[in-house]
Amino acid sequence: MTFRFAEHAIDTAAARAQLVDPGAGGFVTFEGWVRDFNEGREVTALEYEAFQALAVKEGERIVAEAAARFPVRHALCIHRVGRLALTDMAVWVGVSATHRGEAFDACRFIIDEVKHRVPIWKKEHYRNGDSGWVNCEACAAAPAHAHGAAHAHGHEPNAA
Amino acid sequence: MTTPPASAAAPGSAANPASAAAPRVFGLVLAGGLSSRMQRDKATLLYGGKSQLERAFELVARYLPEVYVSVRSSQAADPSRLRYPLIVDSVPGEGPIVGIRSALAARADVAWLVLACDLPFLSEAALSQLLAERDPAASATAFRSTHDGLPEPLCAIWEPKSAAELAAYQAADGRCPRKFLMRHGAKIIDPRDRRALDNVNTPDEYRDALRSLDSEVSVPMQLKIQYYALMREQAGRSDETLETVASTPADLYSELKARYGFTLSREQLKVAVNSEFASWSRKLAAGDSVVFIPPVAGG
Repeated sequence: MTFRFAEHAIDTAAARAQLVDPGAGGFVTFEGWVRDFNEGREVTALEYEAFQALAVKEGERIVAEAAARFPVRHALCIHRVGRLALTDMAVWVGVSATHRGEAFDACRFIIDEVKHRVPIWKKEHYRNGDSGWVNCEACAAAPAHAHGAAHAHGHEPNAA
Repeated sequence: MTTPPASAAAPGSAANPASAAAPRVFGLVLAGGLSSRMQRDKATLLYGGKSQLERAFELVARYLPEVYVSVRSSQAADPSRLRYPLIVDSVPGEGPIVGIRSALAARADVAWLVLACDLPFLSEAALSQLLAERDPAASATAFRSTHDGLPEPLCAIWEPKSAAELAAYQAADGRCPRKFLMRHGAKIIDPRDRRALDNVNTPDEYRDALRSLDSEVSVPMQLKIQYYALMREQAGRSDETLETVASTPADLYSELKARYGFTLSREQLKVAVNSEFASWSRKLAAGDSVVFIPPVAGG
């Protein structure tokens, strides 16, 4: 299983152990964290929800695509569902490869594709008590923000 | 002896044009074929629980005062045909031309709307058009095939005057009613319902026709719908089993958007059927599980 969901904090040590390989000379991970602001608003918590039956299939397809593009040894992605507090880890991606270059490339590919393709939704709770589904509520009035226009959130800007 | 149920209804008027000179039109469903490619009697193939013979007979009976079934003499006692008024082949030879000539011989004063028993897509629209555009002065009025451009003799109106011409044609070793129509003064019309004359000759074509006809029947069916994120909140539920006549995800979303006031337009969504991405025009089947997918935001 190369893509899965976690109901509780992601066990990164166990995840890393799954990717250990004597043929791997490099190991790259990416962690997405809950950040305290988005689009100019103060964020206090996040809720993640997923259509897991399809999300796992699509996530595994993404990891398989990464393995087909880049010569990796192993790759794994774990995504949280449920309510998360600031600084909690929302997603973990790990890739082991013979050389570091393909490990970086494959890791970047996987997180970018997961954000755009996997049926996972994120509700932001704001300092003022409001809440909203990211990419859904503002976009109900602005259809240009349909699929694929995910806003950078919770971690580094998604500029790939 | 015939059973023209309420054919006084609207369509019936087309059968007998105002012109007093035009002979009346009776119906003839051809059920004497050998069905050799189908390897089963085409007249008894079922579509939605009815045999094709029954469907064809009922369709024609909506328009015409009398309808008969054409059979070979060896089939006259066949239980699937016995319940209908029959015209048994009375002239020598083989093929549909024999059935047509036998009907013309049985009633010299009427025109015959002749219909093959392998046209499951034949529609009221096509029959209406054929009757409306009939030319009683021609030997026959027939559709032009949308496939090969040739006249289709087995969904055509054969006028009384064609009886003698057909007899002469057959006497000169002619066998093919299509060639007859091409050589004699037939009126050829282009069908507005372009697939009405698609015929079914093989088991594969039968299977395809069943699938195609099934998907058009708008009987209510049960679907399972799951809602996520914003749509779950707007629907006020995370799943439901729904009785609907929507036949595609696109139709279903229109129905549910109206019911729950979803704010997302269809263009913003994707859809999954049975836990796999699907197209908006996919035909839904009873028991399918449908999920509408709002813009995603993982990571």
